[in-house]
Amino acid sequence: MSKILVIDHEKCTGCRLCELVCSVKHERVSNPYRARIKIVKWEMAGKIIPVVCQQCEDAPCMGVCPVNALSRNAETGAVEIDYDVCIGCRMCMNACPFGAMGYDWVNSHVIKCDLCGGDPQCARFCETGAIQYVEKATLGALKQRKGAAALAEVMTKVSTAYSEAG
Amino acid sequence: MALKRKIAYIDLTNRTVKTASIPIELRKKFLGGRGLDMYLLYNHMEPGADALGPGNVALVSAGLLVGTLASASARIHLAGKSPLTGFIGSANCGGFFAPEMRLAGFDHLVIKGKADKPVYLWIHNGDIEIRDAGHLWGHNAQDSQTLIREELGDDDIQSLTIGVAGENLVRFSCVMTSMKNAAGRTGIGAIWGSKNLKAVAARGTMDIGIAHPEEALDYNKEIITQVTSAKVSKTMQKLGTMFIWGTTNTTGLVRVRNFQSNQIPHADDIEPESIEEEMIGTAGCFGCQVHCRGRYFIKGGPYSGTYAEGPEYTSLGAFGAEVGCTSKQTVLVGNHLVNSYGMDTLETGSMIAWAMELFEKGILTEKDTNGLDLSFGNNDAVIEAVNQIAHREGIGDILAEGPLRAAEKIGQNSIQYLIHVKGMSNLHSDERPTPALSLNIATASRGADHLRSRPAIDLYHLPEKVLRKIFGNPVPYDGPLTSDFRDYEGKPWEVIWQEMCYGAVDCLGICKYHTVFLGPNMPNFDEWSKLIYLNTGLELSPKDIWDSAERCYTLEKLFNLREGQTRDMDWLPDRYFDEPTDKGLPVVRGRSIDREKFTKMIDEYYKLHEWDKKGIPKKAKLESLGLNNEPSHQL
Repeated sequence: MSKILVIDHEKCTGCRLCELVCSVKHERVSNPYRARIKIVKWEMAGKIIPVVCQQCEDAPCMGVCPVNALSRNAETGAVEIDYDVCIGCRMCMNACPFGAMGYDWVNSHVIKCDLCGGDPQCARFCETGAIQYVEKATLGALKQRKGAAALAEVMTKVSTAYSEAG
Repeated sequence: MALKRKIAYIDLTNRTVKTASIPIELRKKFLGGRGLDMYLLYNHMEPGADALGPGNVALVSAGLLVGTLASASARIHLAGKSPLTGFIGSANCGGFFAPEMRLAGFDHLVIKGKADKPVYLWIHNGDIEIRDAGHLWGHNAQDSQTLIREELGDDDIQSLTIGVAGENLVRFSCVMTSMKNAAGRTGIGAIWGSKNLKAVAARGTMDIGIAHPEEALDYNKEIITQVTSAKVSKTMQKLGTMFIWGTTNTTGLVRVRNFQSNQIPHADDIEPESIEEEMIGTAGCFGCQVHCRGRYFIKGGPYSGTYAEGPEYTSLGAFGAEVGCTSKQTVLVGNHLVNSYGMDTLETGSMIAWAMELFEKGILTEKDTNGLDLSFGNNDAVIEAVNQIAHREGIGDILAEGPLRAAEKIGQNSIQYLIHVKGMSNLHSDERPTPALSLNIATASRGADHLRSRPAIDLYHLPEKVLRKIFGNPVPYDGPLTSDFRDYEGKPWEVIWQEMCYGAVDCLGICKYHTVFLGPNMPNFDEWSKLIYLNTGLELSPKDIWDSAERCYTLEKLFNLREGQTRDMDWLPDRYFDEPTDKGLPVVRGRSIDREKFTKMIDEYYKLHEWDKKGIPKKAKLESLGLNNEPSHQL
């Protein structure tokens, strides 16, 4: 059963611990700018949006790669880079609609989320649940419950307004 | 490695920058952050320097564990001689600046002299540039950060900035970063303003080495679980530090209308749960899972639609109880304004509350305030007073001078109404029923201060066995300890233990909300020892960390003594002794501090510190700490 990272930006507090642990896991050093995840902020407006690979089913990065260096890991479902094949053209960076394909200037190659081989550290450390690693089969149910909760709130307001109106 | 970060000496007068390595011996001795800050202050400032003159120094120091896998290690420490008190100027804040400065290659900045026009420092991957800040001058603390990001074309730049309060040399102005992170106390912002230093901006991509990455990851997870499983953290995650208000006002431990009562009734509107209704969520500092910063939009009035962060517990007093107001709008607007202006919320509220009591007593009149009606509870007047202080207009110009200078200007017996120690106002807390907390504010190195040595868990009625476990480690203590917060016995040691606890995390760059400040089961010296080893490779025992904290605190004492501090300044305002509390639960009602017992407490406190009767550290103590040759000018 494959799992997927689910991001709920409303729960993100912008602490960037995910960036920190990602860089330590992958590069063995603390350097948030070498992480595979990025918390993009419009700080003074209070907007916080985590950006990470969506592991797209029809992945533009895979489609655009001229040497087929990107492939899907059958076990984890992650789109992974084969650095022995990669020619470093960075077309995948251009193609990714989310900006989730990063670039590591130390090793001069593109980097992306590989789900830490099935134990994504960002989700492991995210206390608020802004980043969760869930079974694909439960993904729809999660969104349904969230949508239903919002609807329930509206319904309560409406019924309260009616009853107050007498 | 984390230990390879450098120190930079910046001379603003001559526009020179020099860098140097930090000897490992000094790291082991002072760790970093506040510890090395104090070493640098003691070594680089000529005794007796004018706090607002070019002879003062502005120090910027990242904690030893900043940017590593030590949870909540995001603190940047700032120092100099305080323009408010003339003694230790020292404050720290979270946010994202400290890790960014480390990623940019530096742990410590020693800023000297005075620029001939406004400048800011731009720190980038080992380089430091002094840049023109003419276009930033006059802008608030947050806009200045945005303008720097726009100018340099990089949204990831983190900056420390001063607002207009710092420019106007308000003696309790802050240095700010992000929306609301404030190195709030002792007026560091005014030191920067006096040097024409508007900001320090950093952006770096240099690796911070982790000595044992896998183990450090696992241990970080362990610490996060330890911290977030505590009830106090769960509450903070929702309400921030505001939650404290629920307990302290209910009990009767807040100061109301300056210092005329200890509980404010009918204050439902400023209860944390009421303010929570305005929150759109919370925000965290770098790597922290407690995320205690509230986020909100102001609704209604001239600031409607403005995004802001906070308010903290302190602002509930500053713009609530102290000034006799019970309107959350006043708290939310006041909080926003002090953060924009870059002004200590606590000192601002205290100065206004004091002025209001003077107004009530007729010592200040509408003639003195240009018609501003400073009656307690006048919400509009509180907000107007905040504006006037920041811009040094009207009565604000006098209040901007801080407690003692303002009292001297206003004259009469206005000084009697100040709730200050060593020229720094107290939090909106009332310590008359709590001798331990009274001793803490009377002796703290910065002045009336709840963040240098407050043994807050003294209020928790913990069993003696638990107290022994906490206060008997890492240094054995077999003296008295009692669960009753009204007692005088045993409390001096609690204050000293707490000095070392806060000193340790201030040196490491860890937030105090991850210590035994508000929760007895939080990480402690043992955990910090392991964190230091896993992240930096340094092997320091819990006792070694304690010793570093003690060196830091002792240097602060030496600095204060050098600047003329005397024993009589370790004391409380008369009202603590002469006016018993009038409200609250039976355990706190009718309480005041006993002069004789309090004097004995101070004697005991000095004795435990191995200081003499005048509060001067004994020679043997200095030798055992290796401080007998300071200033030693090794950095």
